[in-house]
Amino acid sequence: MTDVSHTATGMPPAQRSWYRRNRLAVTPWLFLAPAILFFTVYVILPIFQSIWISFYEWDGLGEKVWVGTANYVELMDDDRFYTSLKNNVIWLVLYMLAVPAGLFIALFLNQTVTGIRLYKSLFFFPFVISQVVVGLVFAWFYDPSNGILALIYSIWDGKPPAILSDERYVTYGIIAAGLWPQIAYCMILFLTGLNNVSPDQIEAGRLDGAKGWRMLWHVVLPQLRPATFIAVVVTVIGALRSFDLVSIMTQGGPYGSSNVLAYYMFETALSEYGYRMGYGAAIAVILFLIMMVYISFFLWRMYVQEKRGG
Amino acid sequence: MFPRPIEKSSAGTQTAYKIALPVALIIWLLPLIAVMVTSIRSAGDINSGNYWGWPTSFNLVENYTAIFTNSPLGQFIWNSLKVTIPTIILTLTLSCLAGYALAVYKFRLNLTLFFIFIAGNFVPFQILMVPVRDLSVSTGLYDTVTGLVLFHAAFQAGFCTLFMRNFIRALPFELIESARIEGVSEWRIFWHLVLPLVKPAIAALAVLEFTFIWNDYFWATVLVNGQHAMPITAGLKSLNGQWISQWHLISAGSILAALPPVAMFFLMQKHFIAGLTLGATKG
Repeated sequence: MTDVSHTATGMPPAQRSWYRRNRLAVTPWLFLAPAILFFTVYVILPIFQSIWISFYEWDGLGEKVWVGTANYVELMDDDRFYTSLKNNVIWLVLYMLAVPAGLFIALFLNQTVTGIRLYKSLFFFPFVISQVVVGLVFAWFYDPSNGILALIYSIWDGKPPAILSDERYVTYGIIAAGLWPQIAYCMILFLTGLNNVSPDQIEAGRLDGAKGWRMLWHVVLPQLRPATFIAVVVTVIGALRSFDLVSIMTQGGPYGSSNVLAYYMFETALSEYGYRMGYGAAIAVILFLIMMVYISFFLWRMYVQEKRGG
Repeated sequence: MFPRPIEKSSAGTQTAYKIALPVALIIWLLPLIAVMVTSIRSAGDINSGNYWGWPTSFNLVENYTAIFTNSPLGQFIWNSLKVTIPTIILTLTLSCLAGYALAVYKFRLNLTLFFIFIAGNFVPFQILMVPVRDLSVSTGLYDTVTGLVLFHAAFQAGFCTLFMRNFIRALPFELIESARIEGVSEWRIFWHLVLPLVKPAIAALAVLEFTFIWNDYFWATVLVNGQHAMPITAGLKSLNGQWISQWHLISAGSILAALPPVAMFFLMQKHFIAGLTLGATKG
């Protein structure tokens, strides 16, 4: 990588206008100004405003009433909040299955037989379509009277479980729907990674008698580390962002048992359950803090990479 | 190559692989196949519970005409286009400029700004929800296509700037330096030298952003209320409430909602994957 530091080589000194003399210092800010403006108004400031609103009781229209930490104190004692938090943990853990599953499919498809490119694209399909569609389709699949589960159970005249209206299964049912596109996403990351695995090292491994699992573990996986890292990052973020599927499939029900923080926040702040903006903002702040752990980790890694001159 | 190329295996294994491929694909895409088949079933099939058997009649034209004539789905699709395309243009403009500045100039806050763009891209939407909705209401942008466009463009500028900056940094810097020595202005360097070189990045981001924004459901729910501005995702959800158990109509609507991003992906596959797998090979 070239060094980007530069002095104004070749610029005749003095007797230029102020802009001419300072153009290398000023120009980046001119280029950056529109993006900074948009990003500040719609992303940076709202984060701080949300933190601020979380200390108020506010219905979104009338006067804001300062309540200090009352919203957070209330959260500590809110069963629905704990259910959502618990479900978020389940999401995080089970969503991680997308990483090995994606790797497995990528290995299965990493061949050169005719038509394989088309197969790869078709396997990737679930990621391209909207989660709204994914949610509708899976909700129908789970339907105990007409869904595919009903069809399977009818083979032995069994009664299918009503996945989406049973508190015991509902979260797992939604996660399964979410895994479908997420596995496709991880698969494509690993396929790209596999494409760049050094053939020499594979050959060297083969000469040393490594094959199958040992080859995968000792030779291939270390080279897939960047792909694995990205796959884990996008999966964590996907798990914490799980809003669409919950909203489409159950709206957090039955009785809040499939709620997650992202949906619970929306429900408190903007739905028939009342317009409690302050309380909703407090939930959002908690979700933000959880996400911050991952964001910091990701940024730290990028920082190390930049310093190495990436 | 890993795993070992299948051509080097026994004939039996090769045949097994060639059979396994389509079988695995059909199982994997079963949800989509089922929706496609259902979207051409007749209402009679649906009412008699024939969801999985052979359709008694093929109602492709009837079903798809029905959703366009009896529901505002056409309007929703049009709204989605009105949101998606201006957003892509706006966000790419913002991020080409910003990415160029972060890649080419050395100044004290450079890395800090870059990291703020990256971090912003990962924050949960919920932390932005109340203030952004409030801002939209007070500026009269609530329940408008413009409101959605402005927000999406701002938010997506984070990811796009990250992408652009890394892409421009990988260009040979000597080009820019020699143009400077010749006295070419900074703006002309950006416009005539750098912009033509980043076309592949623009293409990759455009297709990627098309699917992201087309498929957005959260903001379509939060910032829009009425049918006149509602994108297809939120629209499909509201139709789902009206068409209780009319699965042939819901399926046809789902197919229509899924079609544009799928077509985009198929047409621009190479760019799409290049954008999505950014960072999956080095680092």
